[in-house]
Amino acid sequence: MRLFVSEGAPGSLPVLAAAGRAQGRAELLISTVGPEECVVPFLTRPKVPVLQLDSGNYLFSTSAICRYFFLLSGWEQDDLTNQWLEWEATELQPALSAALYYLVVQGKKGEDVFSPVRRALTHIDHSLSRRSCPFLAGETESLADLVLWGALYPLLQDPAYLPEELGALHSWFQTLSSQEPCQRAAETVLKQQGVLALRPYLQKQPQPSSLEGRAVSNEPEEEELATLSEEEIAMAVAAWEKGLESLPPVQPQQNPVLPVAGERNVLITSALPYVNNVPHLGNIIGCVLSADVFARYSRLRQWNTLYLCGTDEYGTATETKAMEEGLTPQEICDKYHVIHADIYRWFNISFDIFGRTTTPQQTKITQDIFQRLVARGFVLQDTVEQLRCEHCARFLADRFVEGMCPFCGYEEARGDQCDKCGKLINAIELKKPQCKVCRSCPVVKSSQHLFLDLPKLGKPLEEWLEKTLPGSDWTPNARFIIRSWLRDGLKPRCITRDLKWGTPVPLVGFEDKVFYVWFDATIGYLSITANYTDQWEKWWKNPEQVSLYQFMAKDNVPFHGLVFPCSALGAEDNYTLVSHLIATEYLNYEDGKFSKSRGVGVFGDMAQDTGIPADIWRFYLLYIRPEGQDSAFSWTDMLLKNNSELLNNLGNFINRAGMFVSKFFGGFVPEMVLTSDDRRLLAHVTLELQHYHQLLEKVRIRDALRSILTISRHGNQYIQVNEPWKRIKGNEADRQRAGTVTGLAVNIAALLSIMLQPYMPTVSATIQAQLQLPPPACSILLTNFLCTLPAGHQIGTVSPLFQKLENDQIESLRQRFSGGQAKASPKPAAVETMTTAGPQQIQVLMDEVTKQGNIVRELKAQKADKNQVAAEVAKLLDLKKQLALAEGKPLETPKGKKKK
Amino acid sequence: MAAAAELTLLEKCLGLSKGNKYSAQGERQIPVLQTNSGPSLTGLTTIAAHLVQQANKEYLLGSTAEEKAVVQQWLEYRVTQVDGHCNKDDIHTVLKDLNSYLEDKVYLTGYNFTLADILLYYGLHRFIVDLTVQEKEKYLNVSRWFCHIQHYPGIRQHLSSVVFIKNRLYTNSH
Repeated sequence: MRLFVSEGAPGSLPVLAAAGRAQGRAELLISTVGPEECVVPFLTRPKVPVLQLDSGNYLFSTSAICRYFFLLSGWEQDDLTNQWLEWEATELQPALSAALYYLVVQGKKGEDVFSPVRRALTHIDHSLSRRSCPFLAGETESLADLVLWGALYPLLQDPAYLPEELGALHSWFQTLSSQEPCQRAAETVLKQQGVLALRPYLQKQPQPSSLEGRAVSNEPEEEELATLSEEEIAMAVAAWEKGLESLPPVQPQQNPVLPVAGERNVLITSALPYVNNVPHLGNIIGCVLSADVFARYSRLRQWNTLYLCGTDEYGTATETKAMEEGLTPQEICDKYHVIHADIYRWFNISFDIFGRTTTPQQTKITQDIFQRLVARGFVLQDTVEQLRCEHCARFLADRFVEGMCPFCGYEEARGDQCDKCGKLINAIELKKPQCKVCRSCPVVKSSQHLFLDLPKLGKPLEEWLEKTLPGSDWTPNARFIIRSWLRDGLKPRCITRDLKWGTPVPLVGFEDKVFYVWFDATIGYLSITANYTDQWEKWWKNPEQVSLYQFMAKDNVPFHGLVFPCSALGAEDNYTLVSHLIATEYLNYEDGKFSKSRGVGVFGDMAQDTGIPADIWRFYLLYIRPEGQDSAFSWTDMLLKNNSELLNNLGNFINRAGMFVSKFFGGFVPEMVLTSDDRRLLAHVTLELQHYHQLLEKVRIRDALRSILTISRHGNQYIQVNEPWKRIKGNEADRQRAGTVTGLAVNIAALLSIMLQPYMPTVSATIQAQLQLPPPACSILLTNFLCTLPAGHQIGTVSPLFQKLENDQIESLRQRFSGGQAKASPKPAAVETMTTAGPQQIQVLMDEVTKQGNIVRELKAQKADKNQVAAEVAKLLDLKKQLALAEGKPLETPKGKKKK
Repeated sequence: MAAAAELTLLEKCLGLSKGNKYSAQGERQIPVLQTNSGPSLTGLTTIAAHLVQQANKEYLLGSTAEEKAVVQQWLEYRVTQVDGHCNKDDIHTVLKDLNSYLEDKVYLTGYNFTLADILLYYGLHRFIVDLTVQEKEKYLNVSRWFCHIQHYPGIRQHLSSVVFIKNRLYTNSH
């Protein structure tokens, strides 16, 4: 047989590494051909490597060639290997070819290259660690390992693309790379030039189709169903039986909240929104809402929790906005601060304090840190050439200058970029520059500025990162961004600006300058805390006892993970530094981006006009939280998730559980006699609850939400299988069974209400009020599932929790926020459908149900055609459904229908 | 055809009595099978090969090393090339290549009917039904193979039967 390879073709790696398996079984000749040579006569597009068999047949798939070598050696195929190879061909290869194309052909680096493959790499890592097997398909290295190793090697041999937090992947990759056949294959193909050896080949290849549009996904990784051991079941039952007794006493709410030595103290910040923008849904899920879920969860664990945020108010953008609206900067800040605060209040964000950066505390703390930096020699001075308008007596920020583009001659080029040719411009290069305010011609003046000496702070920074990162919950993208900044080398960073609206610089010669917003915005967290309590240093100068969680979108990572830690380390004042930096990816709107100017997308202040309750917004945004990869807001998806997950799954379960207690047991929780099936259910729920805790402790907010929905799915199935509504009409044993099922179900509903609290606080409180859940159980969530509603407990009035979203309602909202008609329809479109129907409408529907019922009965009596009967029955069911909705009753599945 | 529906067809033609339930994962709706004995299986060809074993018809996965590799190669081709590309040009390249490959073959492995024939037939069905008479003549070997597979006992089931004309109409085309 003859193997055809080509210089730099990545497929050669696994093939050469696997070739050894066939040794002694068949003679193998190797020929090198050009990348565009058509070796296989029947394929239109060139393809290498190719194996021509002695029969004359060709194998042109890399995996098939490797498989053939393995088969020759007597190896047997198995399901797990097949699954890995299919995954490699359909999922990994498209992602990898995009990454390699960016890296090798387009010369991109860092996040651009990494983000297409992140999900795939995480998948491998999870699979390895979940099975706790050193290899993909078992205890020994096999076909799947070689094929995946060969595919990944060109990218992962650069340590920058093999994040150490993917520990299982890391060690798997190292093990394989150190083996002799793999080493030899790597040397032959990459020739010690690294990934660049692939360039001659990849350049000749068509652009991978997966590059068109970055992959976004609203779906999570699938988790496998666990099997339960007898011990686990016994432990779950024991915990359940202890019930409310096992709850610790509820800690009274402190004011102010302060850290306590020896306890867990959690300080949570959300990135400070810039004051002159109304936040859109992406901003809200990116920081404030994500941080809110964690803060609420942290309080449910009885940890001492302080959650703070505020508006970032200084800077050029505020000055510009003030000029536009004819107000002073302070008035602008006052006006917009209120808008922000209102939006977050509507979204039910549980800040302990929502402050602002324009306070005396801010000046005091910023200037103190600055003085300490100066005293320790971490501040440099340098001259910067800038445009100055003599008429306005100030230096002009880029956005205050206009002029002729030095490249294309366009008359109205901006100070930073030309709108016509798109080139970046240095403002002093503009021809005929004009001050945008007074239209006079500015002059080039040099201006003294201060720089934070980051290179000098590099060493303490790296020491701190080495101590902090391992074992922490920094998100992979945050680690990646910090690593690439460090690799590219730190440069001094300008920390002053020629502006008026900012924190003054306390240094002789700099009286007319202020600090650059990014030097002092992150100090805002400290000053906001200082406005909350004069004991703020207990939080911020207490790194041993305080865990600091900072939430943001990924564009904010450098300032929180690098610039601020440098300032704080340089100040040498024992500041609390970020322990867990939680950065999200981006949220898109439908198929594009949010745009305020084009009126595309939903902004914080508009969400409340849609008629959709805040908790539904919270649920959907958290369900699609861009965790690990970009995701997209979609109206249709929102309707789907509301109707399927909230209404039919969660809402249906909780409502049925409560209704059974009211209807069959007069509102009192019945006696429960657990069978072995019930015990298994207890254990399953406990396991899922523990999974929820593990995920939330790692701040995997979106994944933890799935655990809630999984439990309620278990619950629905449980009710469906045991049919308490039938058994209640049966004999004594049946009635007892109905009681047990109902009691267990309503206790699961109670557990769900607590787990739901971080995500949907209002709905959670509603359920707890309906079930009359005892107060201590409402504010503490343990890791075990307890019986919180014992037999004899009386519940309150039960009513449906969620409303169906209708197609036309959602369609009109989509229209409204699609841009172009941003101002057209101020009227909320949803109001009518959100209220229950009037009595008249209900009467009409009832009449129709009766009429349709008669038709069905007549047809059946006449023994009419089956299809005809079925069609009329369908109409009847539909009418009944409408009636149930109009009356606000829960949907009950038809009794005859069996579900597995 | 959704993957789950396709797997149900396959179960029937393998003579498996008990219908499995499939869930779908992700945007591409990849089928997932929860097996009784172990972890779930993901992916169309993976599950298909598993079903073949369940039915004790391993010969459908090939008998020799070479045949086994060839079967898997065409299964991979099915999920990457046939399912991966939906535009007209791509599918014509697929048909052209297959036509040339099948010139001297009865089945994809040569002389033995395998799982590769079944899944490629299911995967191509939606494209072949839309071909014009002239195109069917152009891809003569594909047409011959396709027509043969659709008449293979138990394969086609409820799928529409595609009509091929026996005598050539377009003598100049090749």
